Amino acid sequence: MDLSSINPAVLIASLMVASVPIMLAAIGELVVEKAGVLNLGVEGMMIMGAICGFIVAVNTGSPVAGFLGGAAGGAVLSLVFALLTQVLLANQVASGLALTLFGVGLSSLMGQGFVGIRPPLTSAVDLGPLADIPVLGHILFRHDPMVYIAIAVVAGVWAVLRFTRAGLILRAVGESHEAAHALGYKVTRIRIMAILFGGAMAGLGGAYLSLIRVPQWTDGITAGAGWIALAIVVFASWQPWRVLIGAYLFGGISVLQLNLQVAKVPIPPEYLSMSPYLITILVLVIMSSGKGRKALNAPAALGQNFHASR
Amino acid sequence: MTDPAPDLLRIEGLTKTYPGVVANDDVSFAISKGEIHALLGENGAGKSTLVKMIYGLVKPDRGGMVLHGQAFAPTRPSAARAAGVAMVFQHFSLFEALNVAENVALGMESPPPMRELAARIRAVSEDYGLPLDPARMVGDLSAGERQRVEIVRCLLQDPKLLIMDEPTSVLTPQEVDILFQTLRKLSAEGTAILYISHKLEEIRALCDEATILRRGKVVGSCTPRDVSAREMAEMMVGAVLTPPARAARRDWGDAQPALAVAGLSVASPIPFGTSLKEVGFTVQRGEVLGIAGVAGNGQDELLLALSGELRCAPGMVQCFGKPIGHLGPNERRAMGFVAAPEDRLGHAAAPDMSLVENAFLSGSVRKGLTRNGFIDWARAKTWAEEVVAQYDVRTPGTWVAARALSGGNLQKFLMGRELSQSPEVVIINQPTWGVDAAAAAFIRQEILNRAQDGAAVVVISQDLDDLLEVSDRFAALNEGRLTPARPTEGLTVEEIGLMMGGAHGMEVAHHG
Repeated sequence: MDLSSINPAVLIASLMVASVPIMLAAIGELVVEKAGVLNLGVEGMMIMGAICGFIVAVNTGSPVAGFLGGAAGGAVLSLVFALLTQVLLANQVASGLALTLFGVGLSSLMGQGFVGIRPPLTSAVDLGPLADIPVLGHILFRHDPMVYIAIAVVAGVWAVLRFTRAGLILRAVGESHEAAHALGYKVTRIRIMAILFGGAMAGLGGAYLSLIRVPQWTDGITAGAGWIALAIVVFASWQPWRVLIGAYLFGGISVLQLNLQVAKVPIPPEYLSMSPYLITILVLVIMSSGKGRKALNAPAALGQNFHASR
Repeated sequence: MTDPAPDLLRIEGLTKTYPGVVANDDVSFAISKGEIHALLGENGAGKSTLVKMIYGLVKPDRGGMVLHGQAFAPTRPSAARAAGVAMVFQHFSLFEALNVAENVALGMESPPPMRELAARIRAVSEDYGLPLDPARMVGDLSAGERQRVEIVRCLLQDPKLLIMDEPTSVLTPQEVDILFQTLRKLSAEGTAILYISHKLEEIRALCDEATILRRGKVVGSCTPRDVSAREMAEMMVGAVLTPPARAARRDWGDAQPALAVAGLSVASPIPFGTSLKEVGFTVQRGEVLGIAGVAGNGQDELLLALSGELRCAPGMVQCFGKPIGHLGPNERRAMGFVAAPEDRLGHAAAPDMSLVENAFLSGSVRKGLTRNGFIDWARAKTWAEEVVAQYDVRTPGTWVAARALSGGNLQKFLMGRELSQSPEVVIINQPTWGVDAAAAAFIRQEILNRAQDGAAVVVISQDLDDLLEVSDRFAALNEGRLTPARPTEGLTVEEIGLMMGGAHGMEVAHHG
């Protein structure tokens, strides 16, 4: 065992990268859940974003087009969910699980000709003198643009939910769809827009995996990242800044377990690689034990379908 | 020549049909400026549909409206609000996890920035004697305070017509007085008020004109001050009403009360619920104890604690001197308890299960509906059919889902299910909620009959008429505490109001 091989600066720098996909997917899902919709299809939307982004990037040679394609792929799949749950009023939990299964299968089919290809490279942002600061520069300022975009998205979601009328209406719809409807807000339309945003963010997170983090296409590339994103939303008690913390925490664990494996810690690597998921389960159990939904700050109408009957 | 009192709003032949039911059939009437106009009718008479059309939530099939002399056909609530129509809803329009200012902002067309809005909420609410703290969570407010939020939301938009849907069902008598003073002041300032209620004495005290609806049609209009409440009631129901008959009480000579509750303190399992604090009372066989209180003062929790869904220390609840606080619902049912919760769909009944299944769920213990661990469907069905026949439940059969029944019919079925289990102790929350006057009278009569047969009955209700008609003794819940029980005979409405907590810090309007 040789723990000295773990460099804290490298560790922090790589956890910032590792947390981008789950951060994007989680912040998208947070908006969806704030609108009162529980979309368990995050994993499926992420993997669709991963393959769509990969195909577009390889064919155009442009990583930017790839990320846009990834977001579009996730959003299109989320539209299926929106159609099922908001228009046809299907059960949200079942539809979300089906969405994941469908996305994983479809992405595998679409990706058949793309195994083993390398995508175009995304270069780091040139932050000039900032990048030259000793230690800090290496940790914070030598990343690709998506690392900063993800943080900006979290900040944006926080600001919109907290300070704008659109955010207030979104929260109101998630709190009580009947009351929002009685006041004349278009519950279904607002929810569909939230679902699309969630899909696009999950797709963006997926594209980050296939274009930067891995970077290539393999079947099942997301490997449960979507489920971790779902857990982070609960862990964050539906607050955007806590999503950032949660994503860094889980990103950190997954990087640390790789480092520990390299450092030959005498624990079988299988235990180390299952640790992020184990911690996900533990967090969910601890957070949901005891005081019920009020303590958790969950949107009151979460997971309930709405139909304006009269 | 000018018309001395031009109509503010004229409704001409509004008709709205839903599949299988005509909600409004050719409804016409007019409201003038500054008039308080009552819309009177039983549940299901079409009052709510009518005001939803005025507020733009529902589109009429035929007919039209004229507001300020111009055709008025709002397609959305925002259009109605822009035209000066505001509405205070009966329920369903506040968000518990948002604060007062946010709730107000959601009901306005173009709200000012939050800080300015908070200042305006303070100013308006104090002007009209409805003090409110804009930063408080609505979930933490009492029912009366929540209503203030809705009223203040309307007042901030300077409405020409204020629609109020059953505003007093959640208020104590003192709070009703203050509300009426606010409404009279608004009316004096020129705001017309469309006041929906089925409480006749209130309408007589407040309203200038009344339009009476029955089964979607206008069946009459009157000046409420000039007619008696009884005349209005008979117009509303279309039949002569008889109050329930009560036989002389018999002394059962028990050494111990059938139900004794002492020092009952339990935390509420419901989010934003009210914990019970040191609740104590006793009920003898053959006696009806009425428990009043504004919604959300611990009624649901008391029912849970008495039915056994919420357990407490053994001695806190006793049945004929036997401690049973630690026993669950089925063990208590075996001892003769039956309980009917308030929430029809979800708590009292499983909405998607049939009437037979719902009957079985509550009656299996007392009616012996299982044999060797298997359900005896034949007996369950026979019993459900008996309840349907005896309680006049209008349903195509006992195989239909509970959800498919109208609220009043389901309520009759659920009351019948509990009351026909030959109970020793009956606990009911809101026995006549949402049922028409005839059915309410029938349910009250059945409650009295059970008491006559020797059951100890606890009726929890927000409807004072319920309690005054059936109860021998009367107590009130206020913030989880129960007042000492007093004999119902001789209680005045003022005394009842004080027992319910008085005016909860409201003050009389001191504007201008």
